[in-house]
Amino acid sequence: MAIIVDKSTRLVVQNLTGREGSFHALRNRAYGTQVVAGAAPGHGGEDVEGIPVFNTVSEAVRETGANTAATFVPARFAADALYEAIDAGLETIVCITEGIPVHEMLRLYQYARDRGVTLIGPNCPGVISPGKANVGIIPAEIFAQGSVGLVSRSGTLTYQIGYELAQLGLGNTTVIGIGGDAVVGSSFIDILSRFEADPETEIVVMVGEIGGDEEERAAQFVAEEMTKPVFAYIAGFTAPPGKTMGHAGAIISGSAGTAQAKKEALEARGIEVGTTPTEVAQLVAKSV
Amino acid sequence: MVSRLLLGMDLYEYQGKELFRRHGLPTGAGKLAQTPAEARAAAEELGAAVVVKAQVHVGGRGKAGGVKVAASPEEAEARAAAILGMEIKGHVVRRLWIESAAEIEREYYLSVTLDRGAKKPLFMFTTEGGVEIEQVAATNPEALVKLHVDPLEGFHPWHGRALTFGAGIADANERRQIERLASQLYEVFTSCDATLCEINPLVVTKAGELLALDAKVTVDDNALFRHEDIAAMRDPEAAPLEERAAREKGVTYVKLDGEIGVLGNGAGLVMSTLDLVALAGGRPANFCDLGGGGAAQGVVDALEVISADPQVKAIVFNIFGGITRCDEVARGILQALEAIAIAQPIVVRFDGTNAEEGRRLLSEAKLTNVYPEPTMLEAAKRAVELAG
Repeated sequence: MAIIVDKSTRLVVQNLTGREGSFHALRNRAYGTQVVAGAAPGHGGEDVEGIPVFNTVSEAVRETGANTAATFVPARFAADALYEAIDAGLETIVCITEGIPVHEMLRLYQYARDRGVTLIGPNCPGVISPGKANVGIIPAEIFAQGSVGLVSRSGTLTYQIGYELAQLGLGNTTVIGIGGDAVVGSSFIDILSRFEADPETEIVVMVGEIGGDEEERAAQFVAEEMTKPVFAYIAGFTAPPGKTMGHAGAIISGSAGTAQAKKEALEARGIEVGTTPTEVAQLVAKSV
Repeated sequence: MVSRLLLGMDLYEYQGKELFRRHGLPTGAGKLAQTPAEARAAAEELGAAVVVKAQVHVGGRGKAGGVKVAASPEEAEARAAAILGMEIKGHVVRRLWIESAAEIEREYYLSVTLDRGAKKPLFMFTTEGGVEIEQVAATNPEALVKLHVDPLEGFHPWHGRALTFGAGIADANERRQIERLASQLYEVFTSCDATLCEINPLVVTKAGELLALDAKVTVDDNALFRHEDIAAMRDPEAAPLEERAAREKGVTYVKLDGEIGVLGNGAGLVMSTLDLVALAGGRPANFCDLGGGGAAQGVVDALEVISADPQVKAIVFNIFGGITRCDEVARGILQALEAIAIAQPIVVRFDGTNAEEGRRLLSEAKLTNVYPEPTMLEAAKRAVELAG
């Protein structure tokens, strides 16, 4: 098994006719993901290398049985596209788009939750279950199939840690980039609870960064609700207070939300924190 | 814990008050001044006593001497001359807000911000205004009324009542004014895509009128596309010189205080690289994220900004190719070295998409100041070594 995406995933790509959408949809399909449809208003009836395009998401769902969406819609239209995907009855939506206004996300978070929809992102690299399905922009060749669940707020740092794990002969059940924005659809806790319930996942690696208190909340959840071992890495120890480091999430103001505070919160709950990406992979290798 | 999300574009007090006024919030009459003569003219126009207030994107200006009362236009001119050019926590004062002095009876605090933990807007209100809100939260938490608003439902009148009754406001007239103010502040918060709207102090005048004496507004950068008027409020001079140059070139760059220039792709990986530089005993000079693309021109632009920093003694590239292709980054490095004189040694670590091709391009160019390293830790160590 794996979580969020697998062999049963039937993907509809929002804005399949766009440059990013088509490039990554075809890569996802080449990996073995069932990419069953595209949605792009005004492009109904066209196809992208054999993938049929529909004007609306609900039409795509009706005609192809799509159950998951990948959203590549530009930021200013993305909130609308996400409401459309939720209302079309999809179970899972992976939003790659970067730059969605945070007020839109406040409303969308609530709207998706109220309807039981799993929203990953926005501003995330996507989800890959090695050997089963890849939804989004994650370079699949880095990751091997295995028993380590990997969840991260960052994109390339996830690749780095997956690569370090692979070098030590460790593969993944599922790798999820939840996104670095201030408000994202799924938190560490949402993903950790699914890894806990997934019989194939034996160990979990959590990759955090400065800003917010998601890591601190996750530490408590791990201690109270999880039986599987969790290891962590935190980026941003040298970030000065009050500086924005690219991600909306990578913000610190004052003491809460610093890398040091997160490390201490995790260690206080018995979660080992690697000092470097290499060290966290070594900690995992040692524990198996 | 109070969740303060200060991302985005900070507005000056006078800009925040402009947004306040558009939504009906009561503020004092005032004028902007950029010279002592303008301050004098503003004071003449406003009449009676005025307050000369430094406009800076940082708190604590009063303590720093950036806020002064002036009884006459002559005094306003003299105060302005003293405050303009003053440096407050690294921010140079270039603008002043000249405002009619208010007769203050009491000082409150009111804000609405984004609570990222709860994923909801959060109101905070206390009658203990005029001080740092963190201090009230720490020493007298019962005095601070906190209230979430459901983002799908928006503001309802009961939210206002929960704030005023919660804080123990006895006077009915005062309660009504604050409840209306809270509703208007929520309107500013949502309609301007703000992540913070703070009034500290919110004053009650001797005449019993409520007045927003200060305004701190931060607007979500991601939403500026739909607020041209607010986007135009950005003061390009407020950012450090290098950051301005980087912004013009579309590079995400934050100036830090060390000697190792750092470039990478992706915010998390770059932050991790900064940490490794520190672990290796060095100090990062900057944060620079090439982003997802990492096209050759972006690399040239970023290198230009970083190598121009006189503090930088060595530069480290950390690229994990995904969408970014290492060969493209290598071409950017080669182009940059041809176009600009870069004195600092450059350490390069490539992995992922087209890493081998990237390394080959660099080694074939036989450059004397480019050093390939196999891992990010070794790259960080080498950069620190080379920086001496």
